[in-house]
Amino acid sequence: MDPYALKTLNTERRARRAAILVTDLGDGRDRIVREGDQVAGELGAAIAKAFRTGNSGSVEAEGRTFFLNAYLPQPRLLVIGAVHISQALAPMAKIAGYPVEIVDPRTAFATSDRFPDVALHAEWPEDVLSRQPLDSYTALAAVTHDPKIDDFALKAALDANCFYVGALGSRKTHAKRVERLLALGATADQIARIHAPIGLDIGAASPAEIAVAVLAQAIQAFRSRGLEATASARKSESILEKHDA
Amino acid sequence: MENSIYLDEARDPLIVAEGWMQDGKNVAIATVVETWGSAPRPVGSHLVIDAEGNFQGSVSGGCVEGAVVAEAVDVIESGKAKMLEFGVADETAWRVGLSCGGRIKVYVERLG
Repeated sequence: MDPYALKTLNTERRARRAAILVTDLGDGRDRIVREGDQVAGELGAAIAKAFRTGNSGSVEAEGRTFFLNAYLPQPRLLVIGAVHISQALAPMAKIAGYPVEIVDPRTAFATSDRFPDVALHAEWPEDVLSRQPLDSYTALAAVTHDPKIDDFALKAALDANCFYVGALGSRKTHAKRVERLLALGATADQIARIHAPIGLDIGAASPAEIAVAVLAQAIQAFRSRGLEATASARKSESILEKHDA
Repeated sequence: MENSIYLDEARDPLIVAEGWMQDGKNVAIATVVETWGSAPRPVGSHLVIDAEGNFQGSVSGGCVEGAVVAEAVDVIESGKAKMLEFGVADETAWRVGLSCGGRIKVYVERLG
């Protein structure tokens, strides 16, 4: 392994950014590919898939055998609101492999009695996020219903390109939220990324069922990262082809 | 440390390897590149080894580490990468009680 590749890889991993080490098993040469780097051809397609799945493996391309070692940051879930839904969501998400932290400045809600074995911050999101910034391997679910608590975190999640951003509330509540987020400087494209009403539509009724819907939606968002961009690029390509014809 | 969102700096094999390199040590990196059947460590797992045979990480949860370390010392000497294969047939390879019955392929290369 190239020492420079190792250093680069460790820098990326420490910063919670995804990277793939591509090793040519024939001659041992290697290089680091970061998420978003353009790689053409079969190898590029295999690299894109490895970023999405996090699975490492060998691939035949251009008559050579490459080993792709995918290093994805551990995805995590940050929940704004120490509410009933969060009580069910925290243990479920942990089992599914997504460590959870909960933020709620209301000390009556954020108690260790209500949330055993969960990293809990009885603080404002502003304070927690200044210490532990959000990133693209973090999902954020805002479930307090209180704009004073949710809005800042939602805007921060959009700016940090969190892989999932969900907000509890009806369509009517969300329409008002959209106005507030626009006033905070969020763009319409950013706001369109918010899942609201939150959770996959499985007809969830109880807080625990809503937690299932939220977790499923976050997993879906994680496992389809980058697919939307690829699909829209293909679409514009085909439009161009038609245009040329 | 299950599913921690931060690297475990003291135990992460690639962090340890970088530290060894900075200390001027010769280092080999072993990586699981393929598994068949049930294997104890997933594809991509690392074991890092220095020229004195110190190691960190795991490619098999303890089954074949001894053999990989021995080969790694050769790889450090020669600078030539090796592909190792271990299977259920190797009597010494699998710890008693480990019901894997799988096979693994391990790529061993020198750092630098």
